[in-house]
Amino acid sequence: MNNTSQATAKVYVPRDSAARSVGADEVADALQLAAVGGDFDVEVVRNGSRGMLWLEPLVEVVTPQGRVGYGPVAPSDVEELLAAGMLDGADHPLRLGIVDELPWLARQNRVTFARIGVTDPLSTEDYVEHGGLAGLKAALARAPEDVVTEVTDSGLRGRGGAGFPAGIKWKTVLGCTDELKFVCCNADEGDSGTFADRMVMEGDPFMLIEGMTIAAHAVGASEGYLYIRSEYPDAVATMRAAIGIAREHGWLGKGILGSALDFDLHVRVGAGAYICGEETSMLESLEGKRGTVRAKPPIPAIEGLFGKPTVVNNVLTLATVPVVLADGAKAYQELGVERSRGTQVFQLGGNIAHGGIVETAFGVTLRELVEDYGGGTFSGRPVRTVQVGGPLGAYLPTSMFDLPMDYEAFAAAGAMVGHGGLVVFDDSVDMAAQARFAMEFCAEESCGKCTPCRVGSVRGVEVIDRIVAGEHRDENLALLEDLCDLMTDGSLCAMGGLTPMPVRSAITHFPDDFLGGRRTLEIQPVTATGTRTEGTA
Amino acid sequence: MTTSGSDVTVEHVVRRVAARHRGERGALLPVLHAVQAELGHVPQEAIPVLADEFNLSRADVHGVVTFYHDFRREPAGRTTVRICRAEACQALGANSLVGYAREAGLSLGETTADGAVTVEQVFCLGNCALGPAVEVNGRLHGRVSTAGLGAILNGTVSS
Repeated sequence: MNNTSQATAKVYVPRDSAARSVGADEVADALQLAAVGGDFDVEVVRNGSRGMLWLEPLVEVVTPQGRVGYGPVAPSDVEELLAAGMLDGADHPLRLGIVDELPWLARQNRVTFARIGVTDPLSTEDYVEHGGLAGLKAALARAPEDVVTEVTDSGLRGRGGAGFPAGIKWKTVLGCTDELKFVCCNADEGDSGTFADRMVMEGDPFMLIEGMTIAAHAVGASEGYLYIRSEYPDAVATMRAAIGIAREHGWLGKGILGSALDFDLHVRVGAGAYICGEETSMLESLEGKRGTVRAKPPIPAIEGLFGKPTVVNNVLTLATVPVVLADGAKAYQELGVERSRGTQVFQLGGNIAHGGIVETAFGVTLRELVEDYGGGTFSGRPVRTVQVGGPLGAYLPTSMFDLPMDYEAFAAAGAMVGHGGLVVFDDSVDMAAQARFAMEFCAEESCGKCTPCRVGSVRGVEVIDRIVAGEHRDENLALLEDLCDLMTDGSLCAMGGLTPMPVRSAITHFPDDFLGGRRTLEIQPVTATGTRTEGTA
Repeated sequence: MTTSGSDVTVEHVVRRVAARHRGERGALLPVLHAVQAELGHVPQEAIPVLADEFNLSRADVHGVVTFYHDFRREPAGRTTVRICRAEACQALGANSLVGYAREAGLSLGETTADGAVTVEQVFCLGNCALGPAVEVNGRLHGRVSTAGLGAILNGTVSS
């Protein structure tokens, strides 16, 4: 059976937590067991995930033709796969072909995610071999102001949702004369439908370290903090391990890569507060306080962590910086449309057949993402709506699916691209319930500092309940509208300020659901083995 | 401060943990995490000790401990099951998992009388493409059906 594999077969099994949630560890164990038993000569490498999450656990075998994929592989499939000659890339119903050539992946333009799923996240050799450190070396060879200019010229905007140009923020920090400055990475990815930050931290942690180090050089910072939410224990562990390895290799610490740059990085773990994804709340939390929002000004770039000038960027923003420096501003800037430059890492989640990571230039339409890449719903029922940009983003109907992904085009349509998370719902969804949930979530997670958010959200739940119950519907709809105005205009931060967006979009696009008595359709039960595998395109 | 045995233990743990984090800036959250990791929760007796260690008022420390969902004032059950109720998991029936748990007599945020299980809600485990997601003692499970949750709650799925 094992007559052709004289050499050790290299097999990749993701260590990404989504892959682990559907059995990747057990698959890896089964493969190791076969090797220990002496039946097969297998070296198992735990890579990140390619982001084709419906195919997880996706096992890849290195062959002379390329890496051949099998998936989704259940632990119980391993024995049969080995017997069928998986280690030689042999045919099997779970065989997907050469992974790099799978249309779903090949159509994308992976810039930030180029290495993720390909390499062992904690291997420095893999990292350097696949282009790691090129950005940092390029940055260290240049003056800080030139690095800031490069980032500004690239058009890179903050990927955390607000879309503020990264270079402008950095320029402000560089312009401050303080001795002590900080770089803070906001890794409190609390929005439903987003998981790209997690995948970066678990799948390519050195890239984030490199990006933060470039930021430190660019603005003159000596300390960095990475604030990771506690719901991501794998990301915390991987980042801590990677930081330790980076220190050993002189990628962090004193005189980084032989330069004059001193910079060290610390991981801080959140404690289950959604609001700490807001940058000033995160700073308060890092200082050991309640994560309440700060009024701005002063902006964190001038008075940030412990009152010092601070760069605060999202994981994806900082993770994209190395490639901007390595390839130059022009190469990055040429991707995208209008003022939305470069690529966006779209995250397809919710009730979707082919969920995962689609990194592509801005300008792709919702329809392409949901129907072409996403393959429609997981339940097989018609798509009814997609919530774009997290729990504070708009619910969009299918009639708006030709909208291009572009910050300004979305804003003009009363929606937001946000961080590029898409959550798909089928026709069983009750939009009045979703609008109510938006208010309920705000009430639960509000930091409580400002009244429009703290009290407005509680009142919002009550008003929606009255509307659905048919009590003075028109008056209550007018009241809700007024409340939404107040929350939008009067809240200190985006939590209260944007909660009206999902609420209003639900009312605008799905008014019938607020008439009361919408029949709750039976949701198709999801089975543990129900992942669909047909048609990987 | 009283001098019962448990107070001495709590104080000892808190002071030891605080000493370990002394060199860190704004170390209260890491210390609270470490105290909870050792004691299973942040007991009331820890509050004055922390206030002393960090030169804060007891009210300040109390404010921080109660602000964050993670910090427990009481110990959790031997198994903690967290059901994700964020939108992506809702789209795949997360609420039916909550309903199933309720029917099994497990209310969100409560621990069973025998101390076996605590069931909680969580907003987003970052497994949005493989929902509904449930976390069991820190271990993430994807595509969880009601039957799957039943197996988890019965202890037949290892965590």
